[in-house]
Amino acid sequence: MGEEDYYLELCERPVQFEKANPVNCVFFDEANKQVFAVRSGGATGVVVKGPDDRNPISFRMDDKGEVKCIKFSLENKILAVQRTSKTVDFCNFIPDNSQLEYTQECKTKNANILGFCWTSSTEIVFITDQGIEFYQVLPEKRSLKLLKSHNLNVNWYMYCPESAVILLSTTVLENVLQPFHFRAGTMSKLPKFEIELPAAPKSTKPSLSERDIAMATIYGQLYVLFLRHHSRTSNSTGAEVVLYHLPREGACKKMHILKLNRTGKFALNVVDNLVVVHHQDTETSVIFDIKLRGEFDGSVTFHHPVLPARSIQPYQIPITGPAAVTSQSPVPCKLYSSSWIVFQPDIIISASQGYLWNLQVKLEPIVNLLPDKGRLMDFLLQRKECKMVILSVCSQMLSESDRASLPVIATVFDKLNHEYKKYLDAEQSYAMAVEAGQSRSSPLLKRPVRTQAVLDQSDVYTHVLSAFVEKKMPHKFVIAVLMEYIRSLNQFQIAVQHYLHELVIKTLVQHNLFYMLHQFLQYHVLSDSKPLACLLLSLESFYPPAHQLSLDMLKRLSTANDEIVEVLLSKHQVLAALRFIRGIGGHDNISARKFLDAAKQTEDNMLFYTIFRFFEQRNQRLRGSPNFTPGEHCEEHVAFFKQIFGDQALMRPTTF
Amino acid sequence: MAAAAAGAGSGPWAAQEKQFPPALLSFFIYNPRFGPREGQEENKILFYHPNEVEKNEKIRNVGLCEAIVQFTRTFSPSKPAKSLHTQKNRQFFNEPEENFWMVMVVRNPIIEKQSKDGKPVIEYQEEELLDKVYSSVLRQCYSMYKLFNGTFLKAMEDGGVKLLKERLEKFFHRYLQTLHLQSCDLLDIFGGISFFPLDKMTYLKIQSFINRMEESLNIVKYTAFLYNDQLIWSGLEQDDMRILYKYLTTSLFPRHIEPELAGRDSPIRAEMPGNLQHYGRFLTGPLNLNDPDAKCRFPKIFVNTDDTYEELHLIVYKAMSAAVCFMIDGGPVKFSFEYCCSASHSKMNLTGIFCHDLPASVHPTLDFCRRLDSIVGPQLTVLASDICEQFNINKRMSGSEKEPQFKFIYFNHMNLAEKSTVHMRKTPSVSLTSVHPDLMKILGDINSDFTRVDEDEEIIVKAMSDYWVVGKKSDRRELYVILNQKNANLIEVNEEVKKLCATQFNNIFFLD
Repeated sequence: MGEEDYYLELCERPVQFEKANPVNCVFFDEANKQVFAVRSGGATGVVVKGPDDRNPISFRMDDKGEVKCIKFSLENKILAVQRTSKTVDFCNFIPDNSQLEYTQECKTKNANILGFCWTSSTEIVFITDQGIEFYQVLPEKRSLKLLKSHNLNVNWYMYCPESAVILLSTTVLENVLQPFHFRAGTMSKLPKFEIELPAAPKSTKPSLSERDIAMATIYGQLYVLFLRHHSRTSNSTGAEVVLYHLPREGACKKMHILKLNRTGKFALNVVDNLVVVHHQDTETSVIFDIKLRGEFDGSVTFHHPVLPARSIQPYQIPITGPAAVTSQSPVPCKLYSSSWIVFQPDIIISASQGYLWNLQVKLEPIVNLLPDKGRLMDFLLQRKECKMVILSVCSQMLSESDRASLPVIATVFDKLNHEYKKYLDAEQSYAMAVEAGQSRSSPLLKRPVRTQAVLDQSDVYTHVLSAFVEKKMPHKFVIAVLMEYIRSLNQFQIAVQHYLHELVIKTLVQHNLFYMLHQFLQYHVLSDSKPLACLLLSLESFYPPAHQLSLDMLKRLSTANDEIVEVLLSKHQVLAALRFIRGIGGHDNISARKFLDAAKQTEDNMLFYTIFRFFEQRNQRLRGSPNFTPGEHCEEHVAFFKQIFGDQALMRPTTF
Repeated sequence: MAAAAAGAGSGPWAAQEKQFPPALLSFFIYNPRFGPREGQEENKILFYHPNEVEKNEKIRNVGLCEAIVQFTRTFSPSKPAKSLHTQKNRQFFNEPEENFWMVMVVRNPIIEKQSKDGKPVIEYQEEELLDKVYSSVLRQCYSMYKLFNGTFLKAMEDGGVKLLKERLEKFFHRYLQTLHLQSCDLLDIFGGISFFPLDKMTYLKIQSFINRMEESLNIVKYTAFLYNDQLIWSGLEQDDMRILYKYLTTSLFPRHIEPELAGRDSPIRAEMPGNLQHYGRFLTGPLNLNDPDAKCRFPKIFVNTDDTYEELHLIVYKAMSAAVCFMIDGGPVKFSFEYCCSASHSKMNLTGIFCHDLPASVHPTLDFCRRLDSIVGPQLTVLASDICEQFNINKRMSGSEKEPQFKFIYFNHMNLAEKSTVHMRKTPSVSLTSVHPDLMKILGDINSDFTRVDEDEEIIVKAMSDYWVVGKKSDRRELYVILNQKNANLIEVNEEVKKLCATQFNNIFFLD
């Protein structure tokens, strides 16, 4: 297996902490993603490390007994420590506030606190075996105020900080889950739902284990992930992950089933909206993308792994300290170790080694693992860091060695442009809303975010097409690809940029395919523009009809009348130029000198006479005299006229 | 020859008048180098129609032409004589390849009148025929021959005079029967191509289709696409397309209209599993793909004869109104695995009346034809209905189909685009016009005037019976308008034409 094959990796710079041992307890807070190393109950120090802050927080606290749970509120304002099953102790970390500890006992009598969760910097939820209690912490007063509580029997709980949802397991089978949502001092109860347990032998009591449940946000929606070890419906023995969609409003609904096709010990992560399922027995992982097309049976969509199972990329533990000096080879890290603990969405902790990693998806290796280019595009377009990879896929499919067929290329372009168009539409409706004067603060009016999946024409031109046309590919293929891209843009009603048209023209001209070019222009495949018209003019010496094509285009633009006159004059078609400008009613404003110059150049005296006479008449009509004014600088032409036709040929002012 | 009904005659004597249209008297091809000495004159003659003419007369006629050409050359060395006018007929000369002369003799139209004593009096109408029209017809004869046979010189190289004579005989024997000299007009001068009007998106879809087909049928060298007998795309160069278009629209397509009307154009092979229903079928090549003995013989065509001299097989495949021509390499040297050697000498009727069958030449196999059918058929069927739909939308948008007050012919020398509301649909036998022949002649005269000068011009003619004929030439475009407005004056006619240009030609640069 080559290195390029691994599509999952541990982050390069893990959070390192003191290994767990009898005197050092390690805690992880999912909300702040902080690791707490508590030595001797805090007496000899607590070290808190987060993923972002490289400067750990260190402090001491009195050893008041074994620490069961320890967490900072959001923004590290208040520290909460649970040491008994009835109480939680608090300590302010706000400057100017007393740092003396204060304690809160749970309100429900005879209840045991299972744990607590911070939902904001000053709001905390106690979860007891008899319900939940929602408190506001008043740090100045060093006391707590109960905001709300709810009684029900709780087996265990789970907290998803991103969506501020707590899930409580109730009933004997533990499989009825009651979600609560917290927001700015309010607690709302969401509809409860039941997890269908797999059929189990009668001797054992079926129950839902906390270990088999996870909560994560996937594509902006909250899901409860249930790892079902034995399929309930089919005869297959493989385990599966069932995704229950937990909407903000409405009932929870079973939506997706991820087929694992294997059994054993599993762990779940969610990375970049992908569900990653680790399998300890084989030490491999698979990924699922619920946006990819699956098999829909009318209510649930079944998904198979996007890619073949692969191990996480082997990881070398970086050597720190004096060992690095002795050039000792780095120690390979044991992957899929039984001491690993996995947290949502993407965290893997090895407590025994003292590391916290973020799991990452590598996109480059996937390009070669997913042969179906359409599916590959669907997959890549949903990933955060996809732009360069997609561009490289495009370049690759147009390369000599890995050349894809035209229908495949068309599919890829269509998928890119579909995404591009969605963004353009969002931009446009935003711009229209702004113009219509909707308030900027309106929550409905958000400027659309341009994700990396938006690849516009300039991206494709710069990174793919301009290099592609330079390669020694058969010109038929080059033109077919360019036309396919233009077709796709048109299909999505995206205005094609002129540089793409220029690329087509350049390629056609290079291969002397003027007749093809002519036909494209005839059907307006290459949109009219002044630069394009000028380009065509420059081709006239190679392909005479280009002149006509150019003039037609200038005419259609209807803003290029000056250019038309210039073109005609340069071709010595003085009369045609004059007729044209008269036809559009612009003959009163043109420079007589320019036309007389052009007429003189033709060395056709009769033509000169006609043009001269035309302007004399214009002078007569506009100024009441056929004479030219000094400002027109036509003295030279008057002299020439006299020389050829004589003084008496000059038009006489109409006198009475 | 049957007398054409004289519909246009007038006056009290109309009933007694009989008109005879122009007719082909003879047609011959010779090369003076082949029999320079006395007694060898017969060797000069490569083809002579009618063949029944006595040998000495043939020799005399050829000799006369040779003499005329030689004699006139002294006055105009660069432009030898093009035609000879006599009372009874006109002779047209053309030298398409060095020293190869083609001559066409056309009898002037005749009016047969009853004299007072009841005796018929024959009157030749010497000024009726237009040189440019018939010179163009003669040049077209050569182009058509060359399309299916290659150049004269090539035949000489391949098999000497004998082969050349065989080819000429075989081709012209049938081709001359299809010349309908009585209905030749301005359009023969232009030799234009009618383009199918289409929106950009549908056009791009067709492009995409063609590119995909060329890719999957990897031996296709050029493709042309037509709809309703109008061209949409040509991968061939303009001049080759021009003559191929002529062949398709005046010969191949009309011959297949009848079976279509008879309903034989229904989806075939529906009974074959896995095969999508489609309307595709071969207009050249195998009739029935299910017949294992079906012959896959396609006409050969020769293109780019001045340059790369390519020999191609012409596959014409049609679904509903959409026809696509695939031209694949047919050279004897290049041998692709897609081909097989067909030693069959049996005659194929389908390949068309102008084309000869080369024995032992390379041909695409039946397997190839089946593959083509399965790939192209379904897609072309879908595309054809897309085009039809789009066409109807555009037609509806362009407004009511009111019979306009004018008829026109437009031609652009640059892209050979031709449009005529004067001509009805072409049939294999005649091209029908909806206007009086006299008006057509005026159009031809105006065209001759235009040819004489390079500059843009406009000519307005008042014809008999309330007709006005306007000819305009701008850049390399020509427009002929026939107006029928009672009591219209010159200014009004001019305004009408301006209006026409503004509505029909507003997207091109066409000077008023």
